[in-house]
Amino acid sequence: MRISLQWLGEWSGGPLPAPRDLAARLTMAGLEIEGVEAAAPPLPGVIVGEIVERVQHPNADTLSVCQVNTGAETVQIVCGAPNARAGMKAPLATVGAKLPGGMEIKRARLRGVESFGMLCSGRELGLSEESSGLLELPAETPTGAAVIDALGLDDTVLEVNLTPNRGDCMSVLGIAREVAALTGQALTGPTQTAVPAASSETFPVELTAGAGCVRFVSRVIRGLNPLAKSPAWMQERLRRAGLRPISAAVDVTNYVMLELGQPMHAYDLRELAGGIVVRRARAGETLKPLDGREVAMDETVLVIADRDKALGLAGVMGGDHSGIGDDTTDVLLEVAFFRPESIAGRGRRYGLVTDASQRFERGVDPTLQERAIERATALLCACAGGTPGPTQLAELTAELPPAALVPLRPERARRVIGADIDDATIASMLTGLGMKVDHSGSAWRVTPPTWRFDIAIEEDLIEEIARTHGFDRIPETVQPARQPIPAVTETRIDGDAVADMLVQRGYFEAITYSFIEPGQHDLFAPGAPSLTLSNPISAELATMRASLWPGLAAALASNQRRQQPRVRLFELGRKFIVAPADGALHEVPVIAGIAAGSAVPEQWGAPRAAVDFFDVRADVEALLRATGASSQFRFVPGQHAALHPGQTAEIRRGGAHAGWIGRLHPDVERRLDLTYSAIVFELELAVAMAASVPHFQEVSRFPAVRRDLALVVEEAVPVQKLLDCVQRAAGAVLRETTVFDIYRGAGIENGRKSVAIGLNLQDVSRTLTDEETDAIVARVVSDLERECSATIRDR
Amino acid sequence: MSDTSTTLSLDALAADARARVAACAGLAELEALKVELFGKKGAITAHLKSLGALAPDERKAAGARINAVRDEIGAAFEARKAELDSLELERKLAAGRIDVTQPGRGQQPGGLHPVSRTRRRIETIFRNAGFSVEEGPEVEDDWHNFEALNVPANHPARAMHDTFYFPDGRLLRTHTSPVQVRAMLREKPPLRMIMPGRVYRCDSDMTHTPMFHQVEGLVVDDGVSFAHLKSVLHEFVQQYFERDLGIRFRPSYFPFTEPSAEVDIECVFCSGAGCRVCKQTGWLEVAGCGMVHPNVLRNVGIDPERYTGYAFGFGLERLTMLRYSVNDIRLYFENDLRFLRQFG
Repeated sequence: MRISLQWLGEWSGGPLPAPRDLAARLTMAGLEIEGVEAAAPPLPGVIVGEIVERVQHPNADTLSVCQVNTGAETVQIVCGAPNARAGMKAPLATVGAKLPGGMEIKRARLRGVESFGMLCSGRELGLSEESSGLLELPAETPTGAAVIDALGLDDTVLEVNLTPNRGDCMSVLGIAREVAALTGQALTGPTQTAVPAASSETFPVELTAGAGCVRFVSRVIRGLNPLAKSPAWMQERLRRAGLRPISAAVDVTNYVMLELGQPMHAYDLRELAGGIVVRRARAGETLKPLDGREVAMDETVLVIADRDKALGLAGVMGGDHSGIGDDTTDVLLEVAFFRPESIAGRGRRYGLVTDASQRFERGVDPTLQERAIERATALLCACAGGTPGPTQLAELTAELPPAALVPLRPERARRVIGADIDDATIASMLTGLGMKVDHSGSAWRVTPPTWRFDIAIEEDLIEEIARTHGFDRIPETVQPARQPIPAVTETRIDGDAVADMLVQRGYFEAITYSFIEPGQHDLFAPGAPSLTLSNPISAELATMRASLWPGLAAALASNQRRQQPRVRLFELGRKFIVAPADGALHEVPVIAGIAAGSAVPEQWGAPRAAVDFFDVRADVEALLRATGASSQFRFVPGQHAALHPGQTAEIRRGGAHAGWIGRLHPDVERRLDLTYSAIVFELELAVAMAASVPHFQEVSRFPAVRRDLALVVEEAVPVQKLLDCVQRAAGAVLRETTVFDIYRGAGIENGRKSVAIGLNLQDVSRTLTDEETDAIVARVVSDLERECSATIRDR
Repeated sequence: MSDTSTTLSLDALAADARARVAACAGLAELEALKVELFGKKGAITAHLKSLGALAPDERKAAGARINAVRDEIGAAFEARKAELDSLELERKLAAGRIDVTQPGRGQQPGGLHPVSRTRRRIETIFRNAGFSVEEGPEVEDDWHNFEALNVPANHPARAMHDTFYFPDGRLLRTHTSPVQVRAMLREKPPLRMIMPGRVYRCDSDMTHTPMFHQVEGLVVDDGVSFAHLKSVLHEFVQQYFERDLGIRFRPSYFPFTEPSAEVDIECVFCSGAGCRVCKQTGWLEVAGCGMVHPNVLRNVGIDPERYTGYAFGFGLERLTMLRYSVNDIRLYFENDLRFLRQFG
């Protein structure tokens, strides 16, 4: 909300603090001032000019030549504005004037005609967006005066960012009340006596919506001059508040709303049939609000209607056809009080968040309606004439909001705030805010003023006390923790520790959006049920990811486009899995990675090999090793829609799924536009990263024996099968196996491979004899021959 | 005669041996010479054997002379060996010279995302202050995200949260506050925890991304006051920025706290003098906070007469920006390696 300090000053019993100082004090009292702006740029050399003659430019169709009275002389100005006419007053930038855009006015010759300045539009002066013609000034504006003075532009506008609880501050009056409480100055403001009725005409009003609308003040005014405009000072104040002047009646209702915080509406009396009824909308009933669309309503919405039809959404916006037109002479003014609950959310629902709805849903003072209608009547009749009827009140007295009586224990206030503020100070703070304080007992009773809708419980008062005392004056007190020492477990490797290991292995951490394009979901998890937003920000960010790979692959692709050929990324986050059986959602924490480009950074001592499955498998194995239970994990050949069918392993732990590793499917790579192929992995943290607490095993003091076996097997025999066989056959004395060579090619039959395995044998209680070792190896070899059809090479 | 000739030949032997030891150019040559002189068929050995032919009274003196020569030559051998060892080492060292200015080999480490780096620092700071770290679901229901936090359906504050909804009415949490609701339902006071995580708002422009990160803090205990909240946040700001920055608490409004405050810190870029980043105010908004609203406590079954509490919330991207001078929030989610490498 924008507040003019000139306007605010009218409501202050003393001079206002300097703008920046006032802004700081309001901010620290909870009314955040986001901006302090001059109402207009400085306009040196821009004066009020009066056009005394306008003739067509001899050499240009769109230009005119004007003789303009500057108050001291008459100068010739070439002007392009279509609305220039003799007798009109408009801003004149004289030679030497500087305009906001930096333009300096010089003597010029335009199409052969001399010009001694420039007549200006509102836009050229930085006063409005209006650029279609000259800014017409009222006839009474003194010719020759500086425009800044003539328009009262020497003003400052505060941009107030109000919190939703402070509806009472959505007006000059409201801010003025806060200022008065802060400065101790009196609250003044223009006095408005009742405008006596000049006719006896009223218009019937019926309230049928119960508590929704309990007060409705109306007044008929006939005989308004439809051509009358609101006075320049009013237009200027509206402009500074960010509103566009429209017509006298609309401007006056807006002005009163800005001044007092009471929204109001003016109807064209011709368009009203029968009488006004405030009622709930009927299901399916439609209305065209002033913005021209049609909206469908239901019983949760209050409408203002006449005998035949809904006229407007109560407290939100008036309807199209009953609004004020260019020829309206007779109006019905409406000034109502709607309960916040009956307006709240309605505007948002229809995309109609208006000045009125914002005020009503936060709460408008229920005692304000008569004052507002008198003020509006006076202002309107002053500029447009008219014959006002009597002010008419329709009221459901029984439904009026009861005055709240809020208990307050000053002791509790001190305890919650943590500051020593004595009773007398508390009482005077609250009184200063318009509250009535009954402190006859230890529990006080406080009656908030009618304009405060945010004071209902003790905490509301505590907040007022803290705010008025000043948050900066509340001490900082150290409160010792009373918590037991939090658990620190070794039975789980937490995500951060896993991340650290990947960082050490060359990966950078990425953070990608949790929502992805639905097509990506289908690419990475075809057939899996998905969870899609009703109101995504865009189609690309619509479906909750069931895998982290789409995000990582996209990050890979964009890095490759940015000349980053070697990419290693990981992400720690959740995937969103919808169980096909019951539709239950599981947020599964995972760590996932992607690697593409060379296996190691380009360097002088290492071959330039592209990263492959086994490079990344080593990274994954390093993570699994941290659990202290590597032997529980198995890399089982698997199938995954997004992965290469021959380069995919499911990582299993015992019987449970722990993750995936594999090369992206070439088709996926092509669709993602990847330059280099990528290896990806994913581990489900809960399964994969459960850890064992180390349990000490006796270290053998006896020598270990190493025996190497070179086996030749069918290509289809997995190395894991060989290792499992070796383990079973050798038994407990086998400390470790090492696959130290895998060879295909010359010397090995086509379709077969040679696998060299080193066996490390050691007993904890004695030295193995050569005979024992030979016997173990013989058993291993015979089992390998039998179970894996292995032959021993070079035997 | 024979006595004299033995002596003479022994002296000659010694002189000859000394010369030859000195002339040895390598350890193998030296070893061969040693065998030649001291071996079974060596010259020294021959002299010792010749003692048997001498009269017993001469034997002692002759033996002593031979031994003296033997020791002398032996010492020469050792000395020469030491010289040659040292030469050999020098040769090996010379051969082993490498260019230490060549770069190291192998994998190079990556790095954490700056937002994680920030989150971890914040977790460390608060853990040191006795806070535990909690998490909660990102897909939430209306009750945990709004209702329980004193934001009923038509509350104007809902306009401040542009919420992502799913067709069944569930939503993406708009803040980490539902985690405190879950924590309070699960545990009874005293509570002292922070809750980092992803949050979502339907908003995307120069200064907003539809997903970002918050850290929520919650303390509920006997006699918790706004003064305690002020102290914790001031201390946090000092620890996080490693500077004694000015801090101010500005009254504000959140439905779930009362009194509520926005926390501003002295601008880290201009130290409060006023600059573009702080819009000339000298202050930067970094957090929202307040005393937990009694309705929130009631909603989770905690008696607001017995307990009071405070809560606060930071934006991680914002704190990261202020700490590391990142100037565009959108960079956080582009995952450009040239950006990520700067925090490695």
